[in-house]
Amino acid sequence: MDKVTVTIDGIQVTVPKGTTVLEAAKQVNIKIPRLCYHPDLPPVSGCRLCVVEIEGDRLLRTSCSWKCQDGMKINTKSQTVRSSRRMALELILSRHPMLCTECVRNNNCELQSIADQLGIRETRFEYSARPGGIDDSSAVLVRDPSKCILCRRCIQTCELVQSVSAIGLEGRGYNVWVDTPFGKGLDDVACVSCGQCINRCPVGALYEQDHVARVWAALDDPTKHVVVQTAPAVRASIGEAFGMSAGSLVTDKMVTGLRMLGFDKVFDTDFTADLTIVEEGTELIGRLTNGGALPMLTSCSPGWINFIEHFYPQLLPHVSSCKSPQQMFGALAKTYYAEKAGIDPKDIYSVSIMPCTAKKYECQRPEMRDSGYQDVDAVLTTRELAKMMKQVGIDLPQLEPGKYDEPLGISTGAAVIFGNTGGVMEAALRTVYELVTKSPLENVEIKQVRGMEGVREAEIDLNGTKVRAAVANGLANARQLMEKIVAGEADYHFVEIMACPGGCIGGGGQPIPTSMEIRKKRVEAIYAADRALEIRKSHENPAIKKLYAEFLGEPNSHKAHELLHTHYTRKTVYKETVA
Amino acid sequence: MHRNHVLVAMDAHTIAQGARAVRDALMRNLEMTSLTSEVKVVETGSLGIYNRGVVLVIFPENVYYVGVKVEDVAEIVSEHLIKGRVVERLHYTDVPVEKAAEMGAAPRFGKQQRVVLKNAGIIDPESIEEYIARDGYEALGKALTEMKPQDVIEVVKKSGIQGRGGAFFPTGLKWSFAAAEEAKQKYIICNADEGEPGTFKDRLILEGDPHCVIEGMALAGYAVGADMGFIYIRGEYRMSIDRLNRAIQRAKENGLLGENLFDSGFNFNIEVREGAGAYICGEETALIESIEGKRGEPRDKPPFPPSVGLWGMPTIVNNVETLANVPQIILKGADWYKSMGTEKSPGTKVFTMVGNINNPGLIEVPMGTTLREIIYDIGQGIPEGKGFKLAQMGGTTGGILTGAHLDLPMSVEALREIGSGLGSGALLVVDDSQDVVELVENFVEFFNHESCGKCTLCREGNGRLLELLQRINSGKGHVADLNLMEELAVTMMKGAFCGLGQAAPVPILGCLKYFRDDFVRKIEAAEMAAAA
Repeated sequence: MDKVTVTIDGIQVTVPKGTTVLEAAKQVNIKIPRLCYHPDLPPVSGCRLCVVEIEGDRLLRTSCSWKCQDGMKINTKSQTVRSSRRMALELILSRHPMLCTECVRNNNCELQSIADQLGIRETRFEYSARPGGIDDSSAVLVRDPSKCILCRRCIQTCELVQSVSAIGLEGRGYNVWVDTPFGKGLDDVACVSCGQCINRCPVGALYEQDHVARVWAALDDPTKHVVVQTAPAVRASIGEAFGMSAGSLVTDKMVTGLRMLGFDKVFDTDFTADLTIVEEGTELIGRLTNGGALPMLTSCSPGWINFIEHFYPQLLPHVSSCKSPQQMFGALAKTYYAEKAGIDPKDIYSVSIMPCTAKKYECQRPEMRDSGYQDVDAVLTTRELAKMMKQVGIDLPQLEPGKYDEPLGISTGAAVIFGNTGGVMEAALRTVYELVTKSPLENVEIKQVRGMEGVREAEIDLNGTKVRAAVANGLANARQLMEKIVAGEADYHFVEIMACPGGCIGGGGQPIPTSMEIRKKRVEAIYAADRALEIRKSHENPAIKKLYAEFLGEPNSHKAHELLHTHYTRKTVYKETVA
Repeated sequence: MHRNHVLVAMDAHTIAQGARAVRDALMRNLEMTSLTSEVKVVETGSLGIYNRGVVLVIFPENVYYVGVKVEDVAEIVSEHLIKGRVVERLHYTDVPVEKAAEMGAAPRFGKQQRVVLKNAGIIDPESIEEYIARDGYEALGKALTEMKPQDVIEVVKKSGIQGRGGAFFPTGLKWSFAAAEEAKQKYIICNADEGEPGTFKDRLILEGDPHCVIEGMALAGYAVGADMGFIYIRGEYRMSIDRLNRAIQRAKENGLLGENLFDSGFNFNIEVREGAGAYICGEETALIESIEGKRGEPRDKPPFPPSVGLWGMPTIVNNVETLANVPQIILKGADWYKSMGTEKSPGTKVFTMVGNINNPGLIEVPMGTTLREIIYDIGQGIPEGKGFKLAQMGGTTGGILTGAHLDLPMSVEALREIGSGLGSGALLVVDDSQDVVELVENFVEFFNHESCGKCTLCREGNGRLLELLQRINSGKGHVADLNLMEELAVTMMKGAFCGLGQAAPVPILGCLKYFRDDFVRKIEAAEMAAAA
């Protein structure tokens, strides 16, 4: 690769051609302040905070976009640079409400920390509010344009990462703001509730609808039996909210923390992830042998379900009828568990801890009441759980290990990898292989479907029958696959889609910040969790076997269909409105 | 054969003054007097005479009439066309030089030289035949049959012509960048999104002589290997748009656009794209975004459009005036072009004069003409005997020129020397009775309205500059505001995303530099009034 050598503040550094000044500066341990730059996104060069001076250039250049050229002499700290950054930040701050203590992002706000970094205590301009009002029409996301600093990361995320484009710019110049098309409100447009915009917002202009208060209320209510389930990805990320390094696996500490919060039973979504594999694997085998819409598409990711309902409703017959693990758990908690524990299901309050914001939408879908009640009552994101723990002073990193309750806390390695892109596929193949071939799978680690590429393909030999699989993460990649399927150019049998980059570990409810680097570490932690477990195939989970024996009968049975399967709704991109 | 031709200037300006009604009245009168077989009425583009109402020229006498109203028509017909007597009260004698020379009249506009505007006001812009009769499409024929694309670029390079949109980048060099790119598709874009306040040269070129721009685009296409062109034009320029569309149609019908031009195998087509009123879309990358159907906002450069432009393809974006020069450069050669203007800024420049000036309007002069010659000779000075306060050269983003600059030659290099530029060629003349602080507020109001909102410095900066200026103008300012204003302006100039944000503070800084006392006096007067 071609190399170039540049001098940054007198320090020489050699970097590959095409490296930006920002990246090169990082290599010599200079962190250039920036607000609109995000490592997942192409540079906007809009905030003007990352400007540097380049010898011989009359203009300041944005280091996020400016490429190093051989011999370039860069000054990142001259008086001109410092005063320009200061001015840019003062201009931004003077349109920001400065209500830090009221803000969901207090103490985790890029604007706050950059103001601190640059030593800005006051601005020379009077506060002037931005246009655009709060949009809390969605059951999942809240947008507050008054806090927005117009970095456009949310718009880019929605458009480029997710190919949804539910938000864009309105107005011009001084009075520009981020809005939904025609100002309709998120609930009225094709927002898929993935929450990826929240993960990339530098300030508190985007956040999830709060479920913390209702969970506290349930915990405080002595008549309620409060059960909680934890999604696979949460255990590999919640430590970050407590200052632990990315990739810290804290399953056992988290269980203890949940007990300390007062949950009556601490269960694991992994249990129903195993159940999903048995149900979905059986469904796949059925489709392969009896005919049925192929490829079969996975259904675990509610952001993805929203996406396909809005944008590819014609492909809904391809989607597996299996509910997501969260909703299988919800249905069982208020039936199977209630029966076993002898508790009236109306007294059970079912909470899930999710790396996901779309789960808040999913639990409120009208289809998700098969127990006779709303199957899952509240969904806390990883961030919200961390907040609850902090509210009562629970210091997660220091906690003693705890164990999940039985039986809905017993799971396998196949379940935990649901948190990663490719994980559902791998778990399903482990089971489908053994069910079809009736012989044990030698190496359970199916590396072809692992990785972080947007779309991956694999072919698995099942006793002579080749199963062609594809995996996509991030909805822009999912769209690519859907286009192939629509065009009749895809001959896959089974396709796994996760709405978020990297899968659930990169979910919209996960700790902020996120980046490829962070997501890769979380992925590693999840695979480590799989390796540490003795049982690594869903159909070998003893609690699942018992569940079928005691309650469901057999996979895809009538009762299983009643409780564990669902149907989908065709949606348009915009809700029809009467003029 | 007609014994007389009557040219009626039909540009947007004269139409607004009633040119259509005058034309109709003329037709009726000629019919009533049975002169229709002897006198031909020709509609033409702007004659370069402004603020004088409807303008007519009668040939072969070459008599100009201005301020013609419907009720004057009968008199002109009976006096001039029947009796051969000039109607003195409407007679106009300040005739532009080129036309004057051609038509034998005595010029008082002796300092003008018409290259770009050679046909404007002389030919019927709706007639491709008239354009062809004055060497039109000869350059294209010559290039396609006698020259290689590289030869065309060489001539343009050698001519030294620089882009007339305001940046004055060497046109030939720009073309050579796109020519060097390997691509399936390349594009030529004519930037006719003339949004700079006080600038209307492109409109008058297009209204008066649309074919010279079309021919220039085809030549550019041949030079760089593009077979598709777009003219991106202000949506408000209805007449230009209609004339362009008809001209494109006529060129196609005559085999001058389309496939296999001059049997050379070269294809070239042009489509017109209308802008929706955003000033920023005159910036070439924002213009490209707009053609692509996106929000008009500038792109990061590099990459520059000649390598990555419209739909990611190599694209040349040239201003109307630049392209209008090209056919004559190809036809008459680089040396001819270099014989005009200064050594470093060859050729002529079209200026639009507005503000406190006796003879406003469109002029074309050799590069290097002094400000004094433009304002006092061609523009005939400042009305009501008032003094000269300042001139702003190049539109709202233009630099401020004072009395000390009157003898400065108006060339790229001379203005660059003083940290200024020619910009769009709009020349705003301001007399000494005007309030500079209010003038500056007016500039900033424009930028605040036209900032796209992409970058902090332009979006917020213009808003804050406006706020500070409004404060001063409403008597609530402080002298310290001037320092903040200056610091903000300098930051924008060095650090904003695109040319708009970088240039917006230029006139403020100019006014603060030359007329700081005006600001201070205003602030102090208000303070004293408040204290009293």
